[in-house]
Amino acid sequence: MKAINDVAVAGIGQTEFSKNSGRSELQLAAECVKSALQDAGLTPADVDGLVTYTIDNNEEVDLARTMGMKDINYFSRMPFGGAGAVGTIAQACTAIRAGMAEVVVVWRAMNERSEYRFGQLDATSGMTVGGGGTSDMSWAFDMGAFTPMAWQALNAMVYMERFGVTNADFGRLIVQQRKYAASNPNAYFYQRPVTLEDHQASRWIIEPVLRKFDCCQESDGGVAVVLTSLERARDLKQPPVKVVASHGGGNGSQIATNHYAADLSIASESLVTARNLYAMADLTPADIQVAEIYDAYSCSVFYGLEAFGFCDLGEASDFVRDGHLAIDGKLPTNTHGGLIGEAYIHGLNSFTEGVRQVRKTAVNQVANVENAIVTSGWSAAILSKV
Amino acid sequence: MNNELPLRPAPIRKRDNLFFWDGAKLEELRIQKCNCCGKLQHPPGPMCPQCLETDMGYQVCVGRGRVYSWIIPRYPELPMFSSDLVVALIELEEGVRILSNICDVAHEDIRQGMEVELFFAATQDDGKVPQFRPATQ
Ligand SMILES: [Zn+2]
Repeated sequence: MKAINDVAVAGIGQTEFSKNSGRSELQLAAECVKSALQDAGLTPADVDGLVTYTIDNNEEVDLARTMGMKDINYFSRMPFGGAGAVGTIAQACTAIRAGMAEVVVVWRAMNERSEYRFGQLDATSGMTVGGGGTSDMSWAFDMGAFTPMAWQALNAMVYMERFGVTNADFGRLIVQQRKYAASNPNAYFYQRPVTLEDHQASRWIIEPVLRKFDCCQESDGGVAVVLTSLERARDLKQPPVKVVASHGGGNGSQIATNHYAADLSIASESLVTARNLYAMADLTPADIQVAEIYDAYSCSVFYGLEAFGFCDLGEASDFVRDGHLAIDGKLPTNTHGGLIGEAYIHGLNSFTEGVRQVRKTAVNQVANVENAIVTSGWSAAILSKV
Repeated sequence: MNNELPLRPAPIRKRDNLFFWDGAKLEELRIQKCNCCGKLQHPPGPMCPQCLETDMGYQVCVGRGRVYSWIIPRYPELPMFSSDLVVALIELEEGVRILSNICDVAHEDIRQGMEVELFFAATQDDGKVPQFRPATQ
């Protein structure tokens, strides 16, 4: 077996993002995978690895049968829901390097708005819809914290208290992300920018941490990524985008739901991931030109900017206020509008935006991109120009 | 005359937390304690992460602590809970953190580090849950 060192993204694909797809989740999965394979110039028969992450309702076997795939040699499903979004990329890279699979498809496809209300309280069962992928949340349910927003806000409140951050600080991030979304035709908030005043007028979801505009949209849609060896990708349809990926070790608790860690004002799990990732890539934060940072909520981006070393602890609000996330700033961030501005396809649509930035095909294209970072909680990847 | 039923849902009882909710019914806040090495932990689990023994007991807390974090869930509305519900993380004097509610205080008066004391509130199905309010001394 020939040693494979470098893995690349060969194709990306997606369905439209909407509030009501009008078709099954399996169809969304098959459509986004078809689109990614076509982008790469491959067919279902070329696929021998399938990777997704928890909370996807599609079974691997159903997807393989639906698309007429042949021998699949590698399956894996990452834990942690959205926090595992980029962890799938680490799994795909590992499988390809180990020779277990040659062409790996990663996907996420859901009707999380039209078929069920993702993250909301189901009054009949008393449970949170789509709440898989978390640690035991019964202690939160017992006290009236039923949604991922409430769980996350309990952490973010500690951050806000420690660093004197207010909800208006989060609002400045939202204004920037909605500006990006406004020029992205795929975004739910296309042509709908907001001002800080609009943000501050939106109703509280969790007071005094998150307003409505701080939270991502429940969305229907699918996103897929095709990965293979850099060597094979060079012969395919698109210019390859090289991948370095890491899935964090952390301490056994999902970020959004870890209420028992020593210090909730830092994302301790992401710090572990960041250290691993930069060491694997032999790069530093200064080498990154564009970032797509997981933003189920505005506050998550503040944690991400600090954990991945783009500003010092407690300085994200100044970093945002100084305009560094804008297209001409130090670190243009969430350039598709983020999960908040584009759609909540659980972080995989931020990964494909990172790929587009390196390919130079993004609608909000950053100049001179050599390396892009994509994070989802405690997993992350660096994408590099070949 | 107060004939309102306690509306909040009964605690979610699981095999590894029965001692906690049985204690709450008796108005005891029980924190899991390893019978072998004495480590306290919350949430409780089936094994001590320090010595890997499964002989787990508990310690009854004195019922004092400090506010570490707090939020006011506004949406979606929670008809089964009080309309001024505050969800909080409380650092108990015993050195562990638990999720609870803070009651009997105006939202704007809640501060990180504020001293609070334990009481219990009734739930459906004759349950009780630990709650906190500003310490009286
Ligand atoms: Zn022990």
